[in-house]
Amino acid sequence: MRSNQLTESGQLRHFLTIEGLKRPLLTEIMDRAEQFSSISHRQVKKVPLLRGKTIMNLFFENSTRTRSTFELAAKRLSADVMNFNISTSATSKGESLLDTLHNLEAMHTDMFVVRHDQSGAAEFIAQHVAPHVSVINAGDGCHAHPTQAMLDMFTIRRHKQEFANLRVAIIGDILHSRVARSQIQALSILGVGEIRVIGPQTLLPRDCQTLGVHVHHDMASGLRDVDVIITLRLQFERMQGALLPSAREYFRCYGLTEEKLKYAKPDAIVMHPGPINRGVEIASSVADGKQSVILEQVGHGIAIRMAVMSMALGSQSELAESE
Amino acid sequence: MNTPTTTDIQHLLEEMAATIREQLADKDPLLIGIHTGGVWIAKALQKILGDDFFDGPLGTLSIAYYRDDFTRIGMHPQVSPSDLPFDVDNRHLLLVDDVFYSGRTTRAALNEIFDYGRPASVTLAVLVERNGRELPIRPDIVGTSLNLPRNQDLKLHNRDGLHIEIRAAGAHHAE
Amino acid sequence: MKICIRNGRVIDPASQLDIDQNVYIANGIIVAIADDLDDFTADLDIDAHNKIVCPGLVDLSARLREPGQEHTATIDSETRAAAAGGITTLAVPPDTDPVIDNPTVVELIEDRAKKAGRTMVLTIGALTQKLNGELLAEMAALKAVGCVGISNGIAEIKNTVIWRRALEYAATLDLTVFINPADPWLQKQGCVHEGNVSARLGLAGIPESAETIAVSRHLILIEQTGVRAHFHNISTGKAVKMIREAQDRGLPVTADVSAHHLHLCEHDLGNYDSFSHVMPPLRSVRDREQLKQGVRDGTIQAVASHHQPLDADAKLGPFAQTQPGISALETLLPLTLKLVEDEEITLQQALASLTCQPAAILGIDAGQLTTGGNADICIIDADVQYDCRPDNFISAGKNSPLAGWLFQHQVSHTLFHGKLVYQR
Repeated sequence: MRSNQLTESGQLRHFLTIEGLKRPLLTEIMDRAEQFSSISHRQVKKVPLLRGKTIMNLFFENSTRTRSTFELAAKRLSADVMNFNISTSATSKGESLLDTLHNLEAMHTDMFVVRHDQSGAAEFIAQHVAPHVSVINAGDGCHAHPTQAMLDMFTIRRHKQEFANLRVAIIGDILHSRVARSQIQALSILGVGEIRVIGPQTLLPRDCQTLGVHVHHDMASGLRDVDVIITLRLQFERMQGALLPSAREYFRCYGLTEEKLKYAKPDAIVMHPGPINRGVEIASSVADGKQSVILEQVGHGIAIRMAVMSMALGSQSELAESE
Repeated sequence: MNTPTTTDIQHLLEEMAATIREQLADKDPLLIGIHTGGVWIAKALQKILGDDFFDGPLGTLSIAYYRDDFTRIGMHPQVSPSDLPFDVDNRHLLLVDDVFYSGRTTRAALNEIFDYGRPASVTLAVLVERNGRELPIRPDIVGTSLNLPRNQDLKLHNRDGLHIEIRAAGAHHAE
Repeated sequence: MKICIRNGRVIDPASQLDIDQNVYIANGIIVAIADDLDDFTADLDIDAHNKIVCPGLVDLSARLREPGQEHTATIDSETRAAAAGGITTLAVPPDTDPVIDNPTVVELIEDRAKKAGRTMVLTIGALTQKLNGELLAEMAALKAVGCVGISNGIAEIKNTVIWRRALEYAATLDLTVFINPADPWLQKQGCVHEGNVSARLGLAGIPESAETIAVSRHLILIEQTGVRAHFHNISTGKAVKMIREAQDRGLPVTADVSAHHLHLCEHDLGNYDSFSHVMPPLRSVRDREQLKQGVRDGTIQAVASHHQPLDADAKLGPFAQTQPGISALETLLPLTLKLVEDEEITLQQALASLTCQPAAILGIDAGQLTTGGNADICIIDADVQYDCRPDNFISAGKNSPLAGWLFQHQVSHTLFHGKLVYQR
C-alpha cells in the first residue's frame, strides 16, 4: 500500500519525501517560494490564500524552530494553525498514534504537519488519513526532511543559479540524518555534478554509494574544489554506542574550520540546517564568516513551507472535482 | 457593438486616457495594472498620457493569492509576484484591468492593495465591461461595453498589437 | 472409518515413490497403496484425480500463542490453520508464557492439542530456565514428557560459558538443540537488513554478521561438545556456506529456512510495509538466491513456516515500532511449491523438505506414506490459480506480506490419523 504523494495529474498531495519526485516539481516548489518570499517584505505580511483552512502541527518530537517556521508559513497564508506537542512516551502508553490522528482529523483538519522520531511515521500517517487531508513531513526519524532539503536547494540556487556543474559536500552524521538523505535525493534529482559525503565509517550508512554519492573520510580530499559545503548537526548521543570517541576528536577531524575551508573553492558557501554546535561541527569564525549562508536558510524556510503548503492544499481541488 | 479591432482598441484607449486626465490630473495618481491583460492596458495608457502623468513606475498586481476560487481550482499554474514599487498610503490609485466581468478580480485586487496600505482613493479603469456582474463593484472608466452570452469568454491578446478574441467559455478558467 | 483416496498421484519423498494409485485407510492407518484392494468398502471416497497425494507436512517451528497470548491466537485456531495448510505435525518453540521449561506446560499444550485433534503438536523444551540464559532447564524431565528437542528460542544467551554447558548437557541426554542464530547485540540494534534499503529508508540495520558471528560461534561449540544441532531460520548466504562446510566436515548439523525468506528480500519492504517486518530480517537478493541453493544442494534440509500470528494492532504503526513476524501456516505449501513452478527445485525435493526431512530432524516417525503407518496425508490441487488473501486466512493472524501473490498449488484435503480434518 504505497501512498502516493502525488495526485493523478502529478500535483503534490502530500510532501513526505524527495525520493521519486521529478525535477520540474522541485523547480516549481522553488519558483513558488521565490514568489512567496516577497510577501515577507510587505506591510501586511499575509495573503488570504489559505483562509478557512485548518493546519495542525503534530510534533511527536520537540523542535521549536521547525515548528515555528511552519506556523509562520501557515499564518502568512491566512490558515488557522494549531500546535500539538505529543510526547511519544504518552502515545506508547495508551492512545495509539492512529487514535490520536483520527481524533484530530475529526476536527476537520485540512493538513497535518508531522514530525516524529520514527522513520516512516509520516508515510504511515499519510496512508491512514482521510482522503481530503494532506500530510507534510517535518522530519521522520532518520528518513526524510523534505522541506529542509528544499530550502537548502533554494539557498543554493540563489547563490549558484545552476545546479549542473556544482560540487556539493555534506559533512558528518549521514547515517542518522534525515536532512542528509533528503538533500542527497534533491541534489541528484536537480542534476548536481558531484555529491560527496564526508565522515567516519561509523557515521555513514552501509552501501552509502548506492545513494549516489562519493564517500570521503577526510576533509582535505572531500572538500577539494567544492562549491557548496553542508555541515550537519552532531547529536551528542552519538558518543554512546561507540560511534565516536568524543566531540573534541570529531572537531579535530571533521569540524569545519577556516583552515579546512580553504580546501574548497574561494566562493564556496557554507550551510548548516541548525541549530549549530559551535566548536563541534563548525568553528564560530566559519559559522559567522562571510561564506556562511546559515541565517539566510532560516528565512528561506518560511517561503519554501508556504510554497509546499499551498501546493498540497491546492491539489485538493482536484480530489473535490473527482468526487 | 461588434468585437473591437486593434484600431478600435487604440481609439478606445485614447478616449479612456482623456477621461483619466480629466478625473485624476491634479491628484498625483499612481498606476497599477492587474496581471496580465491589465498590465498591457496600463502600459498603453501610460504611453498615451506620458511618463510624468503618474507619480511613479507602473505597479503590477498578481491576485493569485487573493482569489476566491482556490478551493475549487487550486493553485494558478504560474504566478508572477505582485510588485508595487511605491507606498500606497494616502495616495490616489488608478487600477487597470482588461476585462470587467463578475467583479471578483477587482475584489481580490482591492484586498491585496489594502494589504500594502491605505490608499486615499482607487479608480478602476477597464477596456471592456461585459455583462455578468456578480458583486456590487463597477468600473469608473470604461472603454466599451459588450453583451455576450454566458457561454462565451473574452480574451485579450498582445501579439502585433492588442486584439480581442471571443471564444467558448471553459477554454480557460474564468477570470 | 474407512477411507479411499482414489486416482491421485501418490508421492512419498522418503521412498522416492511417485505413482498413480489409490490409498486405502482404515482405523487411522494406511492399509495399502495399490491399484485395487479386495474386500475394502470405503465409508468415504475422496477423488484425487489430477491431485497430488503426499504425506502431511511437518513444520519445524510454529508459534500458536497459547499459553500466554490467547487474545492473539490459540492452539485451537492455529491447528485449524495448520490443517488448512496441509500440516499434520508441528513443533512449537519454548517461548510461550509460561515458558516450556517444565513438564506441566508440555502437558497443557499436548492436552489442548489433543482436544483440537487436527495436528500433532510437539514441543521443543527450554534450554535455560525461563529462557533467561543463565540457569539450565531440567532437560531430562522435558525429554521424558516428550519434548523433541531443546532451544532457547529467540531469547539470548550472552554468556558463552552457559552456551557451552547447555550444549554439553544436551549432548549427554542425546537431545537435539535448536538454535536461532543471532548475535544479541548486533541483532537488537536494528529492525531490517543492513544494506541499501536500510540506507534509503533510514531504518536501523542488522548486519549479516549478526547471523554469521552466531553461526560461527555455535559451530565451534558444536564441534567441541559433539551435540546434535539444528539451525532455525537461516537468512544469509554466508551462513549457508558455513553450515555446508561444517556438514562436509561431518558435524551433526542441519538447518531450515522459512518459506518467505526463499521468496522475499529487503526490497519487499517497499514503503515501510510492516507486514514484511520479520526476524531475522529479509535479506538481499543475493542472500535469497544462496538460500535457494542451500535447499537445492541439501545444506538446508527443511522449509518451515516460522509462523507468528499477530493481531492487527501489532502491525499498525511506524515500521520499527511494529512487531516482527509473519502468519505463515497457510502459505508454507504454496510458497515452497512455487519454487518447483519456478524450476528452482524438483517436486520431490520440495516435498521432502516439507515432510520426511523435517521429520528426521525431529527424530519422529512421520512425514512419509507407509503401509501400517499413520494416515497423515495432504492432498494438493496442483493446477489452480488463486490470489493469496491473508484476510481470509483461517489463522487468527492475518499478518502476511503475500497479499495478491498468485499461487498454483492449494491444499484440498488434510487427513490426520485417518480423519479428514480439512476439506476445501
